[in-house]
Amino acid sequence: MAFYVVQFLTGLASAASLFLVASGLSIIFGVTRIVNFAHGAFYMIGAYIAFTLTERFSGAFGFWGGVVVAALAVALIGVLVEMVLLRRIYHAPELFQLLGTFGLTLMVEDLVVLIWGPDDLVGRRAPGFKGAVDFFGQNIPSYDLFLIALGPVVLGVLWLLFQRTRWGVLVRAATQDRDMVAALGVNQKWLFTSVFAVGVFLAALGGALQIPRDAVHHAMDLRIIVEVFVVVVIGGLGSIVGAFVAAVLVSELNAFGILIFPKISIILVFLVMAVVLIVRPWGLFGKPEAAARKTPGLTVNPWRPLTSNERLAALAALVIAATLPLFAGNYALTVGSEIAIFVIFAVSLHFLMSVGGLASFGHAAYFGLGAYGVAFLAKMAGLPMIVCLLLGPLLGCMGAAVFGFFAVQLSGVYFAMLTLAFAQIVWSIAFQWVSVTGGDNGILGVWPASWAASPSHFYWLALGVAALVTVTLRIMVFSPFGYALRATRDSLLRSEAVGINAKRIQWTAFVIAGTTAGIGGALFAYLKGSVFPDNLGISLSVDALVMVLLGGVETVSGGVIGAIVYKALNIWLVSQTDLSKLVLGGFIVLIVVVFPKGIVGMLEMLAQRRRKSSPPGSSLLAKPIESAE
Amino acid sequence: MKLTVQDLNSHYGPAHILFDIGFEVGEGEVVALLGRNGAGKSTTFRSIVGLVAQRTGRITFEGKDVSARPTHEIVREGLGYVPEERRIFTDLTVEENLEVGRQPKRPNAPYWTREKLFTLFPNLGEMKGRPGGRMSGGEQQMLTIARTLMGNPSLVLLDEPSEGLSPKIVEQMVDAILTMKKEGVSIVVSEQNLHFARLISDRAYIIERGRICFGGTMAELDARPDIRDAHLSL
Repeated sequence: MAFYVVQFLTGLASAASLFLVASGLSIIFGVTRIVNFAHGAFYMIGAYIAFTLTERFSGAFGFWGGVVVAALAVALIGVLVEMVLLRRIYHAPELFQLLGTFGLTLMVEDLVVLIWGPDDLVGRRAPGFKGAVDFFGQNIPSYDLFLIALGPVVLGVLWLLFQRTRWGVLVRAATQDRDMVAALGVNQKWLFTSVFAVGVFLAALGGALQIPRDAVHHAMDLRIIVEVFVVVVIGGLGSIVGAFVAAVLVSELNAFGILIFPKISIILVFLVMAVVLIVRPWGLFGKPEAAARKTPGLTVNPWRPLTSNERLAALAALVIAATLPLFAGNYALTVGSEIAIFVIFAVSLHFLMSVGGLASFGHAAYFGLGAYGVAFLAKMAGLPMIVCLLLGPLLGCMGAAVFGFFAVQLSGVYFAMLTLAFAQIVWSIAFQWVSVTGGDNGILGVWPASWAASPSHFYWLALGVAALVTVTLRIMVFSPFGYALRATRDSLLRSEAVGINAKRIQWTAFVIAGTTAGIGGALFAYLKGSVFPDNLGISLSVDALVMVLLGGVETVSGGVIGAIVYKALNIWLVSQTDLSKLVLGGFIVLIVVVFPKGIVGMLEMLAQRRRKSSPPGSSLLAKPIESAE
Repeated sequence: MKLTVQDLNSHYGPAHILFDIGFEVGEGEVVALLGRNGAGKSTTFRSIVGLVAQRTGRITFEGKDVSARPTHEIVREGLGYVPEERRIFTDLTVEENLEVGRQPKRPNAPYWTREKLFTLFPNLGEMKGRPGGRMSGGEQQMLTIARTLMGNPSLVLLDEPSEGLSPKIVEQMVDAILTMKKEGVSIVVSEQNLHFARLISDRAYIIERGRICFGGTMAELDARPDIRDAHLSL
């Protein structure tokens, strides 16, 4: 019994940090509508700076002072980030902000390694809380008890801050209607900056307080950000009480899941999140949002099919790409195949995101399922390659059919979060069901048949499939189905009012996108000769998002171009520099700030400018386009 | 002149909405901006307070050119804005809604306190702690006006204050607007309802398809039934 109580208390102690970080994310999202991917990075910097400060200055004052100063310093960095980066992209579509903060995260990951080195750093114990309390023969670290007490205290302070101060009232008002707050004479800029500072402070404090419990390392940002996403979604975005309850819930699930369901401990949390989202899509303590005013797009250029000249140009590009084996070596061909596969992956997400307006954060799940499908068929059933390639993606199709059905019941950020949760579930199954999937060791030896074994043949195969997939999806964009899908994207209510079964259309789009991603995954398995859980992991999902956004989410060709540029750049950078994440992250941030329409969007705009002098008001940089009354 | 609008042009994306709008409001005057649905009344107001990004033209408030200033600065100069859709903060109580609007005292404008506003709108005083979301349309309309008055504006843009309200509430609204005028607040009120406008306004402009097509006193407007019938649906 005592053991379970101790386990419970350990869970509560873990909840404290999680709550701090989650409440910060929630507050920032509430006001700025930015899902701050960099929140985990701020948490990590908080831990690193606190480590340095507490090592430098001894004594109780040095430790507690160090923790607080670290959080304040990171808050200051947050202010800088907000003023330099975020202020420029508040009016961009919400995913752009995610992309920008993701770029920031990449940069921070390399920067902390540069400053503090790659090794885990074990921090000092907290003065005054070094011992343990005996509880019926079980030890409870007294620092844990401190954290357990801290959680409710912070909750109380935040509650007072939001209910009892003018700042809090303004923040709550801005959470609901930013423009109206400005129309009442409040300077939104500083309100946003202060909110961001408070949110970042909480994240950094959460990180700093972790140093007596956990080693500080350079991957702690991604681990926490996923958990924090789960917490805010279960609790309800924007609700601080919700963040608290959900942080406790998640921490306890982690603490006891290990004991009770060791096999599925990882997915337990995500399973709970998926259930919460399906039953209460706005989270336990969130409020159902009135159909949020959509961030209108940056461009209002209607999409059009390629002109015959452009078709010829695309064909020419394809032909040139097909001549690569004539002069390039094997390495280049392997890279080329990988790029072609990622084109498939990117256009599949692009179809869902740009055409359907459904931004999936877990698209890699279907890519990976396609890969695993091939691996199962090839290794277990011993089927020939061509059959595997045809049937393997069906696993992605089935996954998309099941998960998509639930996911399309939601929209916006919640849709993104649910797809993330589903992807994590699939990842966890691949990771933990060792007897079938090989777990972390993956499935090895998935080699292509002899006809496709040479790099040039495989390259042609990948290129051909990529071209076929791209053309098919493009045709679909301009088909009646594509029109209907775009109608559900632009106005769900109106599309239903003209007789479109919106959910079914979206579900179909989800399945199409998932199957297409599965085709990419199937080829990928043969390219690499193996399948690993990483093939359906978060970082791959994020890669896909980056590719689409980089290419231009509001363009038809964005996915293709984005995949080529991002993947080529990525592979090249990794070969050129040890600081590839720093460079890549910087590049992403630059793109977001300077070219918010993505590469294709920018090219289109330049072409349009050349055709006619620009109409009044359409400047190079994004201006919000409000919906006309 | 309290407020001068010259050559105001506004766009939503590629759509040109306002064409060379121009009008003036004198000190302490109540001016009606009349027009049908979609004529451009709300866009005019939104452009004046800087909520429409793509706009050109010159807006002079109390002698200062405010055309290039951000919304909150324009409002802080004493130019209050009451939006058409009310846009109450539904999660905030009546008192908290008022708090969001609170700005320091201004030398050239009447000073409003909560108590004074609760006398002007007695209904609000009876529900200080009620969330904005649980109020009737009429109460919300009163709250939006009271909220803007908390900023102690010397001029208020009132966007269709009578829309969707019962006749009894409309009467209260007329009284409130006349009280504001008596206190010395200049008012521009957009309306489709000529009867309502006549009760409160000194002068009127008619806007049609984004253009001002008439300007004059209420008597002058009454003398031109042709204009009235052509541009206002009665």
